[in-house]
Amino acid sequence: MSQLISSYEQAISKPAIKEKIGRDGAIQRFFIAVIGLYLLITLAFPLYTVFSKAFDTFYYDLSQFSIQVSNESGDFVEEPINLQELNKQLAIKTIDDLKTKSDGRLSLLDFFPDYSFKSPIKYRLQGLTDDTTFLYGSDRNKGKVSVEVDSNSFRRILIRPVQERGFGNFTKFFSTPALSNSIYNSLTIAIISMVITVSLAFWFAYALKRSCMKFKGFFKLVAMLPILVPSLLPGIALVYIFGNQGFLKDLLMGESIYGPIGIVMGSVFFTFPHAMIIISAALSISDARLYEAADSLRASKWRKFWTVTIPGAKYGIISACIVVFNLVITDFGLPKVIGGNFNVLAVDIYKQVIGQQNFQMGAVVSVVLLLPAILAFMIDRYVQKTHVAGLSARSVVFEPKPSKVADAAWLAYSSFVAFFIVSILAVCQFAALVTYWPYNLSFTLANYDFSKTDGGGWGSFINSIELAILTAVIGTVVIFLGAYMVEKTKNFTKGRALFQMLAMLPMAIPGMVLGLSYIFFFNHPDNPLNFIYGTMIILVISTVTHFYTVTHLTAVTALKQMDNEYESVCSSLKRPFTKLLGRVTIPVCMPEILNLSIYLFVNAMTTVSAVVFIYSTDTELASIAVLNMDDAGDIASASAMGMMIFYANVAARTLHAVASRSILKRSRAWRTQS
Amino acid sequence: MNDFLKIKDLWKLFGNFVALREISLDVKEGEFVCFLGPSGCGKTTLLRAIAGLDIQTRGSVSQAGKDISNLPPAERDFGIVFQSYALFPNLTIGENISFGLENQGVDKNTIKERVAELLDLVGLPEQISKYPAQLSGGQQQRIALARAIASSPGLLLLDEPLSALDAKVRVFLRHEMKKLQRKLGVTTIMVTHDQEEALSLADRIVVMNQGVIEQVGTPTEVYNKPVSLFVADFIGEMNQITSKMNDDGTVQLFGQAFDCIEHEVKAGSDVIATIRPEDIFVVEKDTTIEQSLVVKVKEMEFLGSYWRCSLAIDSGVDGNELTADFSINAVRRCHIVAGGNLRIELPKNRLQVFSAA
Ligand SMILES: Nc1ncnc2c1ncn2[C@@H]1O[C@H](COP(=O)(O)OP(=O)(O)OP(=O)(O)O)[C@@H](O)[C@H]1O
Ligand SMILES: [Mg+2]
Repeated sequence: MSQLISSYEQAISKPAIKEKIGRDGAIQRFFIAVIGLYLLITLAFPLYTVFSKAFDTFYYDLSQFSIQVSNESGDFVEEPINLQELNKQLAIKTIDDLKTKSDGRLSLLDFFPDYSFKSPIKYRLQGLTDDTTFLYGSDRNKGKVSVEVDSNSFRRILIRPVQERGFGNFTKFFSTPALSNSIYNSLTIAIISMVITVSLAFWFAYALKRSCMKFKGFFKLVAMLPILVPSLLPGIALVYIFGNQGFLKDLLMGESIYGPIGIVMGSVFFTFPHAMIIISAALSISDARLYEAADSLRASKWRKFWTVTIPGAKYGIISACIVVFNLVITDFGLPKVIGGNFNVLAVDIYKQVIGQQNFQMGAVVSVVLLLPAILAFMIDRYVQKTHVAGLSARSVVFEPKPSKVADAAWLAYSSFVAFFIVSILAVCQFAALVTYWPYNLSFTLANYDFSKTDGGGWGSFINSIELAILTAVIGTVVIFLGAYMVEKTKNFTKGRALFQMLAMLPMAIPGMVLGLSYIFFFNHPDNPLNFIYGTMIILVISTVTHFYTVTHLTAVTALKQMDNEYESVCSSLKRPFTKLLGRVTIPVCMPEILNLSIYLFVNAMTTVSAVVFIYSTDTELASIAVLNMDDAGDIASASAMGMMIFYANVAARTLHAVASRSILKRSRAWRTQS
Repeated sequence: MNDFLKIKDLWKLFGNFVALREISLDVKEGEFVCFLGPSGCGKTTLLRAIAGLDIQTRGSVSQAGKDISNLPPAERDFGIVFQSYALFPNLTIGENISFGLENQGVDKNTIKERVAELLDLVGLPEQISKYPAQLSGGQQQRIALARAIASSPGLLLLDEPLSALDAKVRVFLRHEMKKLQRKLGVTTIMVTHDQEEALSLADRIVVMNQGVIEQVGTPTEVYNKPVSLFVADFIGEMNQITSKMNDDGTVQLFGQAFDCIEHEVKAGSDVIATIRPEDIFVVEKDTTIEQSLVVKVKEMEFLGSYWRCSLAIDSGVDGNELTADFSINAVRRCHIVAGGNLRIELPKNRLQVFSAA
């Protein structure tokens, strides 16, 4: 034994063998480096700027100035006095008075109570440090500069604040109820929407998976429709239905749709498919043997439900809760349209940045919004990690048994949900086609003449299509290659680990925060990538990054199903891995690749939050047009545009279905589908 | 024949876990070597190190006189077959086999001929345009083999190539593989945890246990002269009797002193004495030849070509039992019946002792 230990020590004292990097190794490293760099530049660095901005505070540093005042005849007899000294003597400005925003300007007149613009007194202002800045008219003076002005011109001198780092912005946020109440509001609507959506989706999925009701295909299709429209659209429909002129206004019994009620109703609409997909997947993983065992124990239906069904679907339900919570709390479009005076965090970011140009406070709200989103994300990761798939190879798939009464009840329930979904879309489409809802219901196409309203006209629709196609193509290539590198290469362990971490990050980052970070990062004059600001490129990058995680995980799952030894065989046959990728990996994964691209396409068409801060007049988008038209009161045109997005997505999905089917058909010979 | 593959002082660590420890091994040109050992002993790890798929932490590997210790797989010269076969599912059998031939500047017709030749070689000439999923497991295995030898590599590596198949196909393909290997003369290393496979196929067997090589030898060597209790136990059936060494070098068994194969165990120490069931002989009951004792037949199990008997030792030493295999002839000749008594011999050159510590 002692001999073994010493030989072990001897062996580990020698340096480990370093593998020679062959051609494949070099190419793979290069790819990982490029895609890792892409994620650093489009995600990590911009996010850093948000945090950094949140801690930027500004105040007027009076000690950086000295001022000399002349006598009545314009001679400077008295010694110059430091401005801070002067303030202390006269007690004019408190410390709070000196706090300001990045673009604050302070006139010096307040320090001279006897000031008159007609007096013959002259003033001489001297900067005391190299960074001291002040404005004289439109001239910007920086450094140890001095200017001498007469009384009249003294009005035109404004001093600029200096930057400091600290918690000042957070203190302000939490001590301003109008701002901090949004935390409570956001959490409230997210939790209520979560409970309602997940309950509705659970029973809907249950009906699809565990009953023999008719028209399952139709219901599945209808349940997916909300994914095809921006989250603004249900808001608009709800305004039509329950708004001030709404035909069902009375149903609200005096409550206003503008506020939490509207947000929750709309959120249920747009998050429903997400919850439904996750829960149906969980419910389809069920082992009939468990039910048979329960039957043999004469368990009641109710007991079977609680002891077999719910535990089996538990992880799906938790996951659905988290997804819905996250979607609602980070959503911007819906509360913007229907939130009224009910402030939520996502809209606050917009108001601070666009309305008040207070970027620091926008960053603070972003950081606050990140916390619940990241927390939810971490719970989800934890749950996914501890959850081992419940289905073993021996499981027997559960086959529901027909039951007249139950199936009729499920049909009624599913029809109710489907009716809700279809009504929302139908109302929008109808309103878009009438002259003036609800007073003049004659048919018109005027609402489709987008040139008469804000939002960039039909051009914005074309831009959206362009963005969606570019996002689908570029995103699929980048994401699939990235997933391939993480999943199928062995070298470069640390690089791959970092990459994997970065790839998981976007899921936790709300679109608004990502967008804001792009303003800070890419619009910075010193950034060499500044040129992409205001172009289509930045919109594509933002959208790809925003939807990176889900697509990355899909690609990884697809790749995990490929034998890991393909790469080994390929290298033993001395062929480059790129050959394998092109001839085997990509063709075999083609159905999943198409799924990735349609997912990216649809999301690029509907997203608002990821692009609202960074579109320019040249790159207005359809979803943004809906927002702006609604803002301007052109709600019928907003509906029309929203429905155009819907139809574009329907067309894309149809195309996708046709392509997928033909690929599967052609590859049926070698795909072992059992 | 000289050493074709030389592995020297090779270590593989996964973090702190030592998967391979001080492995040294020479393989001669044209030899068929099997790595044999229980699950998790590091067979695959060693094979992958030889292939360069998972490079060793320390130590060197050289092939055909060239140091290949740190080369990536693509710069080595080997063909490999995995347990899963890893046939490319969307390529036809022909395309699978020619995958590795296409980069060598060979023209299409030559490739076509080569593919046809290989399919003939593995006995599947008509399957060229089918897809892997349309073939049986055994056929897939042979296609994987054809793909691995397509460009005539100097070394063929096989990681449990037969373990996914059912027993009958396995035995058939075993013979086919051996024939093929003889015909091509390609140096072959096969990983297996099936001792029968190793014994019937290999020129030499490398028995591994917990990351170290226990023994290297021909099938008969490792079977007849195991160097450790592990090897003795792992390969074939073995009776194991806990006992003590006498001062004169004999071993004390069932109250009797027995001569055994030469050993280096100290007098008076605890040992495990071993003998294979088929090495126990029946002798005339009344003779009193050396190395023999009387036992009682407890149970008899008919296994086709022989009888497996449990023998209870009639010596007052508690609970001792031996398993012996007797030929049908012997059973008939000596009237062996369950419940009867019997004199057996434990021949000196078949009785081996290992230190019990
Ligand atoms: N990538 C790895 N990381 C950590 N440990 C590993 C890794 N690969 C193998 N091991 C460990 O090294 C040991 C040897 O593994 P190896 O796969 O070589 O065993 P094996 O002899 O081929 O077994 P089997 O017959 O089950 O295939 C095992 O304990 C295994 O858990
Ligand atoms: Mg193995």
